[in-house]
Amino acid sequence: MATVREVAVVSSAIYQVEALTFTTDVQLMVPLINEARSAVGLTQADIGFTCSGSSDFLAGQGFSFVQTLDAVGAFPPISESHVEMDGAFALYEAWVKLQVGEVDTALVYSYGKSSPGSRRDVLAVQLDPYTVAPLWPDAHAVAALQARLLLESGAVSAEGLAEIAVRSQHHAVGNPNALRASAGATVAGVLSEPVVSDPLRPSDIAAESDGGCVVVLAAGDRARSLCERPAWIRGIDHRIDAHALGVRDLTRAPSAALAAEKAGAGDDRLDLVELHGPTTSQEHILATELGLGADTVVNPSGGALAADTLMAAGLVRIAEAARRISAGGADRALAHATSGPCLQQNLVCVMEGE
Amino acid sequence: MTDTPVPDEVVEGPPIHLPPSISDVEPVLSVRTPIRLEYDFIPSAAAQQYLRAYASKRILGNRSPVDGAVFVPPRGVDPRNGVVADEMVDLVDRGHVGSFCVTHLPIPGRKDLPVPYVSAWIHLDGADIGFLGLVAGCAAADVRIGMRVRAVWKPDAELGATAENVLHWEPTGEPDVPIAEAGNRAWALKQEATGGGDGA
Repeated sequence: MATVREVAVVSSAIYQVEALTFTTDVQLMVPLINEARSAVGLTQADIGFTCSGSSDFLAGQGFSFVQTLDAVGAFPPISESHVEMDGAFALYEAWVKLQVGEVDTALVYSYGKSSPGSRRDVLAVQLDPYTVAPLWPDAHAVAALQARLLLESGAVSAEGLAEIAVRSQHHAVGNPNALRASAGATVAGVLSEPVVSDPLRPSDIAAESDGGCVVVLAAGDRARSLCERPAWIRGIDHRIDAHALGVRDLTRAPSAALAAEKAGAGDDRLDLVELHGPTTSQEHILATELGLGADTVVNPSGGALAADTLMAAGLVRIAEAARRISAGGADRALAHATSGPCLQQNLVCVMEGE
Repeated sequence: MTDTPVPDEVVEGPPIHLPPSISDVEPVLSVRTPIRLEYDFIPSAAAQQYLRAYASKRILGNRSPVDGAVFVPPRGVDPRNGVVADEMVDLVDRGHVGSFCVTHLPIPGRKDLPVPYVSAWIHLDGADIGFLGLVAGCAAADVRIGMRVRAVWKPDAELGATAENVLHWEPTGEPDVPIAEAGNRAWALKQEATGGGDGA
């Protein structure tokens, strides 16, 4: 990439559970935002820019993000923005704001509470409104079409997809924010599950969760003063493929490969990647597009398969990868976020320790 | 209407030329997307307490743990500081008009709301922000900032856990609150008196 201002993840907070039945978005985010800010000794007065990601289709009401701003402490008035996308894309906006150089710190958060509605139906409204959305296909069926094409292309076998599910469940053991974790998961066990949407089985489909994620970004020496080992963003890029499913080769995600190339993913070896693949078939496509080496650990947290909070799962990937860098367990990591049906839009963030 | 008329060719758009292979098919004029989304909405604990109390003509607010400001209706949080505010405060059903707006355009479907009607921020005694309501019981032209008002509740048999329990606010006839001390100015004055911050 061209010369960029050094920006790093210096703090994060994650909370994911099966359902936040009695907890509102604001009640969820007050402690999470405070946790991420206070971990590096910041208050909202120290934050130069705030950006959030959420969806009115999950809340079931317009401008729902305005109420959640109550959790930030937006007085005196703050510099603030919102995207109706995963928080990873809000992080991209904050990164651009930091590049401009007028602020040194940014607060990024996103949250999703899909349990009050039906996420399989909510996701149908993101489809092409002329020829696909009127059919009201549920999200599992759309993902299954892609998985079927992938299997029939010979790129992967059913056993290969089951291995992805098993690896996710093994890695998720010990992750307090994972819903589906099992040290004893086996390929035979996964293959014996009845299909949900043929060929996808329950373990092929991400565990649905409610929750939120907060990330604090800081630039240059400010980051060094806040954090012993910041996770420096060395490259970040997002690209998009065609919206209509019928004009794409659904066994590929060229936008993921392009975003990875622009973010410089292949410039050096990657210790780990955190992929936002809501199905095992999508995780397989991503791993192929990114051309991962055998020595790269895939989804040490369990990935999105272990817990998929709509609007936050991508930001969670960035937080999980950054934490492993800051803890010293990795030197170079890639985090990925997706949006839209069948991996339509993809963001890649490459981070390094110093 | 004083808007500049829009030329017909702009309204109808440019002519559409279809390829010969589909030139004789019936044109699609609209597409229906029959997606229906249903939600199980559970109000926050603060909203539930508030609505249950409101059903018995009690108005609850939240007190900020930071500076004691009282918010009504309660939302369980002090939005200026981003902190939980779960202390409930009972408020009286009277206060003054902090600011108001006279509307002369009817809302379609609201035959119960003849124009002109007056919507106002009612600053309840003991609260530090306004509480939205209608002012009636006097001419719209007589409504003014600082005017003292009290709640006119629905008949007891019609009360419920809903925001609709107060029909409107009517003048009490008490002396006005001076404009310099009315509405949000009251909080700034209170902060000055106690040596507090910039105010809300």
